[in-house]
Amino acid sequence: MSSVTGPEGPAGPATPALAVEELVAGYGGVIALDRVSISAGTAAITAVLGANGAGKTTLLRAVSGMIRPRRGRVRLDGTDLTGRNPEQMVRAGIAHVPEGQAVIPELTVEENLRVGMMSWPRGRSRADRSAALDEAFERFPPLAARRRKLAAALSGGERQMLVIARALLAQPRVLLLDEPSLGLAPRVMAQVMDLVVRLSREHGITIILVEQNARGALAIADHGVVLNLGRVVAAADAATLAADVALRHHYLGF
Amino acid sequence: MVEFLQFTLSGVSFGMIYAAVALSLVLIWRGTRLLNYAQGGMAMITTYVAIEVVYRTGSYWAGFVVALAAGAVLGALCQVTIIRPTMNKPPLNGVIVTIGLLTLLEGLAGVFFGGQFRSFPTAFSVRGLRIGGTPLGVSRYDIFVAASVLVATLALAVAFRYTSAGLRMRAAAFNATIARLSGIRVARVLTVGWALAGLLGALAGVLVSPSTFLYPNSMDTIFVFGFTAAVIGGLDSPVGAVTGGLLLGLALSYAGGYLPSGANLVPVVALGILVVVLMVRPDGLFSATKVRRV
Repeated sequence: MSSVTGPEGPAGPATPALAVEELVAGYGGVIALDRVSISAGTAAITAVLGANGAGKTTLLRAVSGMIRPRRGRVRLDGTDLTGRNPEQMVRAGIAHVPEGQAVIPELTVEENLRVGMMSWPRGRSRADRSAALDEAFERFPPLAARRRKLAAALSGGERQMLVIARALLAQPRVLLLDEPSLGLAPRVMAQVMDLVVRLSREHGITIILVEQNARGALAIADHGVVLNLGRVVAAADAATLAADVALRHHYLGF
Repeated sequence: MVEFLQFTLSGVSFGMIYAAVALSLVLIWRGTRLLNYAQGGMAMITTYVAIEVVYRTGSYWAGFVVALAAGAVLGALCQVTIIRPTMNKPPLNGVIVTIGLLTLLEGLAGVFFGGQFRSFPTAFSVRGLRIGGTPLGVSRYDIFVAASVLVATLALAVAFRYTSAGLRMRAAAFNATIARLSGIRVARVLTVGWALAGLLGALAGVLVSPSTFLYPNSMDTIFVFGFTAAVIGGLDSPVGAVTGGLLLGLALSYAGGYLPSGANLVPVVALGILVVVLMVRPDGLFSATKVRRV
């Protein structure tokens, strides 16, 4: 059908940071993920693509513990984390940024960021915490300007900035990003994509990027995985996927 | 004029008790979107515990402290054992469980403590204070009532606003999913919320019982007024709960004082206020702006 390696083929780097193996998950009687395997290399960007209902969000939810997988394994650097709850997953190093610019609007910008440090061990000092907070404000100046404002007052782009900053404060090894560009203006979307690239290149964070905007995601990703109806239908280098006209037409709509 | 002052001060005193009950309901509502119908019953039990301690030790303060501690323990215990299994189920399940708990607690109180009215001691004199020769209509005890609820409320407000534990509770209440993904152990936070609510309820029970006597149903009316106050304030807002409690306390005190045969009309006035507030502001006076529905 297509020239791309199928789900059974070699699907990624030899030493994956995050390995999802034969994951099965669903809601009630519905199987939303059917034996999905993905390996994401350390500090690489892995784009997870597919149409609505392909299982992209479910995949992230199963990896971060929001739903319990029925079968399969989730490993971080070889450690089996399958079945842990989200509170434990973030402590283990997997941070999940859900879709929809999910700030807590009733809290101030600074409080939203402080929530990001709730996974830190109790023993870490106040000075460590305020240093991390200062660093976040340095990296995102628009947030610093509004630190005492309610998050409800932020624009869409600033909200996306805030949720990513919050997730980074958990100091994750792996960042799961669900549709970070959804609903943003094209220029802001480009800024968010730039940020994602810098997080992987400069900070060594392994990124799983779920996107409906397949063209934009493949432009920055190292590796891509295409889901359809809960199964992996293609997994290859981002460039290879982007060059596969049949696959693009069939599953990605561009 | 003197009469007005008397009604006002006594209204504040009772209003603070309604405020404490309202606040305990709001704490649980914010965390679990559940109205705890057993709040009054739990307070009744802890007040019985207090009266037994006072009886055995001869110390009011021993009873006071034990009641608050018992309230916190009972709240946490109820959350862990019977409320947690109802979460992620239809909301009606939780409602039925708390109503069942109320029935159970009132039944147990009858079995263990008997159905008769028992008087509850006070910490301070209940004799009316006077300035010059003019009676103020409040006693030292009324002042103690208002002050202790005020202190509890302010302590809670400061803790919520400025401590890490307070931020955890607010984050968990506003968005449990984000809170969990950020590493907040939401289940534990909810247990703490129930413990605090139990403590506030216990405080209200101990404070009100000298005026109402103690019997297995003695907190029912107080619960209804506390609930009314919470709804007036918007159920979601701690500030609203306290304001609602004070407004209701004052309104009921004026109604009882000024209306002919006012004492009998008090429950009707409470209902009237509730209806009017809900007609004018269906989400209560202090409902948060609907930022989340953007």
